[in-house]
Amino acid sequence: MTVGLARGLRPVRETLDNGAVLIAQESSATPAVAVNATFLAGSLYEPDHLTGLAYLTGRVIDRGTERRSAEAIAEELDERGVSLRVGCTRHTMTLSCTCLAEDFDEVLAIVIDVARRPIFTDDELTKRRAEVMTALRQDEDNPAVQAVEVLAEMLYGATHPYGRRTKGTGAALQRMDRDALSAFHRRHVRPSALSLAIVGDIEAGRAIERAAAELESWRSADPVAPAVLPPALPAARRCSTVPMTGKAQSDIAYGFATISRLDPRYYAYWMMNNVLGQFGLGGRLADNIRERQGMAYYAYSAFDALPGPSPLVIRAGVDPRQVERALAAIDTEVRQLGAEGPTEKEVEETRQYLVGSIPRLLETNYSIASFLQTCEQLGLGLDYDRRLPALLQRVTMDEINAAAADVLRPEVAAVAIAGPELPAEAQL
Amino acid sequence: MTLSLVPAVRPSVRRATLDNGLKVIVQEVHTAPLVSVWSWYGVGSGDERPGLTGVSHWVEHMNFKGTTNIPREQMKGIVERFGGMWNGYTWIDQTTYLETAGSAALEQMLFIEAERMANGLYELAECESERTVIISELQGGENDPDQLLDTEVTASALRAHPYGHPTIGWLDDLTSMTRDDLYEHYRRFYIPNNATLVVAGDVDADEVFRCAAKHFGRIPPGPSPSRPRVTEPAQMGERRVTIEREGTTAYLKMVFVAPAATHPDFVPMLVLDSVLTGAKGVNLWSSFRGAPPQRKARLYTELVEGGVASMVSGALLPTREPFLYTLSFTALDGVELGTLEAAALGAVERLRDTGIDPAELTRARRQLRARLVFENDSVTNIAHQLGYFETVAGPEFLASVQDRIDAVSPEQVWDVARRRLGATTRTVGWFKPLSGSRRKSDPAMPAVPA
Repeated sequence: MTVGLARGLRPVRETLDNGAVLIAQESSATPAVAVNATFLAGSLYEPDHLTGLAYLTGRVIDRGTERRSAEAIAEELDERGVSLRVGCTRHTMTLSCTCLAEDFDEVLAIVIDVARRPIFTDDELTKRRAEVMTALRQDEDNPAVQAVEVLAEMLYGATHPYGRRTKGTGAALQRMDRDALSAFHRRHVRPSALSLAIVGDIEAGRAIERAAAELESWRSADPVAPAVLPPALPAARRCSTVPMTGKAQSDIAYGFATISRLDPRYYAYWMMNNVLGQFGLGGRLADNIRERQGMAYYAYSAFDALPGPSPLVIRAGVDPRQVERALAAIDTEVRQLGAEGPTEKEVEETRQYLVGSIPRLLETNYSIASFLQTCEQLGLGLDYDRRLPALLQRVTMDEINAAAADVLRPEVAAVAIAGPELPAEAQL
Repeated sequence: MTLSLVPAVRPSVRRATLDNGLKVIVQEVHTAPLVSVWSWYGVGSGDERPGLTGVSHWVEHMNFKGTTNIPREQMKGIVERFGGMWNGYTWIDQTTYLETAGSAALEQMLFIEAERMANGLYELAECESERTVIISELQGGENDPDQLLDTEVTASALRAHPYGHPTIGWLDDLTSMTRDDLYEHYRRFYIPNNATLVVAGDVDADEVFRCAAKHFGRIPPGPSPSRPRVTEPAQMGERRVTIEREGTTAYLKMVFVAPAATHPDFVPMLVLDSVLTGAKGVNLWSSFRGAPPQRKARLYTELVEGGVASMVSGALLPTREPFLYTLSFTALDGVELGTLEAAALGAVERLRDTGIDPAELTRARRQLRARLVFENDSVTNIAHQLGYFETVAGPEFLASVQDRIDAVSPEQVWDVARRRLGATTRTVGWFKPLSGSRRKSDPAMPAVPA
């Protein structure tokens, strides 16, 4: 039998006694299963003097457990063509992979073993720390990363969890020992902070049963989630440049700190951002900067909706001599949309697009698992894919206008530019 | 664990050819209310001559800029009304355009693709505006030292063959090319008898064939584009290229002349690459975006676990003519490029000396079998694979690749390693960072090696 998703998701959800949430969705589109184990254990939870601890913990966590050596984990996953990814964001640490359906039991057991019983040997810590140091060096040489990191620092402050680098700093990395990683793991990577999504060619009940068998004996206390405070309201525009010789192009990051994903105005903000810098090639921004002026290959805005005050970031990569012109174009579009709001046509196109794109969000097992995790983390409900069209339909023009007026104010924007430094007269 | 019997390629692919020569391939997939449409053209940067490098990619850009019946400002919005995404890409053998959207959008998607094939506008002002967009794309790529090195190494390894120049083109050509150059290229290659239309998703195949005939049937065929192919002269010895430039990190590339997709060596090389760097699969659209399963791969264990590299990767891509097998390495901070190269060469030479062991072959086969399943996990990917192989290797490739992987012997892998990974087919590239004025480093950062 082919199990399709033509009528939306029908996931099964169960909470274990230890607080772990299990979600399973059957789909036989391919004979494969996606596993996504997300813990509330992102960089938000690390101590201030150890920035990057969550990220480094994620790099070492899959290098040996009480039951399996690093070699055995590598062997068992590689044998099955499985690449286990460990991702770390500000809020979460996620272990995810895709395996053949026939390998599900063994792969799930490895993923949970890795999350549950890592041993963090000194040898592995040393190797992985050296890799992260190299990654930090690569980031230093990347204008796009530099622009975005400097912008985040300007928007939130260097010590705010949204303002500091997830990978941390070289100095902090050198201070981390296996005790620090073990302590972080013990406090934050635990069942009461876990939601496990399993999507693919496996009967949902059996997936839940297998996961429960692996997890139910894991005991821990409830984690405490730190609050993410809003940054201070900006009184003026702030600009920062990162000079980088030897680069061909300048990267612009221009943004604002906005509302929480949990704010009821979220849908109006989402639609406003779609008009500004997403629709088609990149909304009004791309129409101006790329299509009309031919200045950039990419120009768009991204609204990274988080539980805390979420960043709305405009990005463009331009010839270093065009930076001022590109900034003027961004200011124009931001100011105009903020002052006048979108047209009715734009709103209806955006609404149609966002409602119509929901099935595409659910195209692969991996993307369904990510979607279900978002629903779980934000308490959106397991029927969110079916409720979402109505939520978008209800957003009014006035609400979108208000969202645009609230946030799109060039006079208080933060602007970061990374790229080659040119004399002022070199601007075109 | 037993070897899987999962079919890597879906059955029930249906094919038809219109009177004008357009090939139409349909795969019904009813698991979600989506359809993916891809138009494939047998033209890429491998069809370009000196002076016009980058013309195929620029033409691809122009084909989003309006047609006789779709004004430029309306190109955006047609598919979006159905929640759809659209895109396109150009590479050495092919140019392709895609839309994935709700299945109700099928008719509109075919209309767009037929317009793109026959009625592109190529207005002068739009060509000029796009010139600077493409130069911006090129400059963005140059910000990445790894990409910069890749361009130089590829051009050094392939001296005569047009695969040697970057698909985006050389800057001087992008500066001098004219609107007429673009339009002539467009008219020569964008003809139904040089194209394949692929549709995968929640559709009725008969309906797709009817719609395809309605939208494309009246487009006249053209003379088959002639492709004066160049045979790359045999390499007589190792070639080397070094880029010294501001940066923070050292990169190494080692490339070897690779077999074409249809060559008998190609599948043993896929296995060889799996042994060296982990299996990726053969989906250019999706399989190379994340790290492959590689912790047991030789170059990973010897270089990353050995403490000289922070990253290793391999790329063997199916192409119409012989291209390159590329091994890429990022030096661990503080490690000299010479040390890294010696370690990489040592691993390659050991494989050439003694071949692979049976356990490595078994692992490579299992990895590739799994990856062939994973890379067909959506209607978008299914349609990509059908069109890609129809264009660069013929339909037999996908149908037979699993059996060919299963039939590879350790001796065949050893043989291709001995013949193809030696010094006389090797080009080595170094990116040596010069300490430039970067953002102030963290005090705990060790200095960049000289």
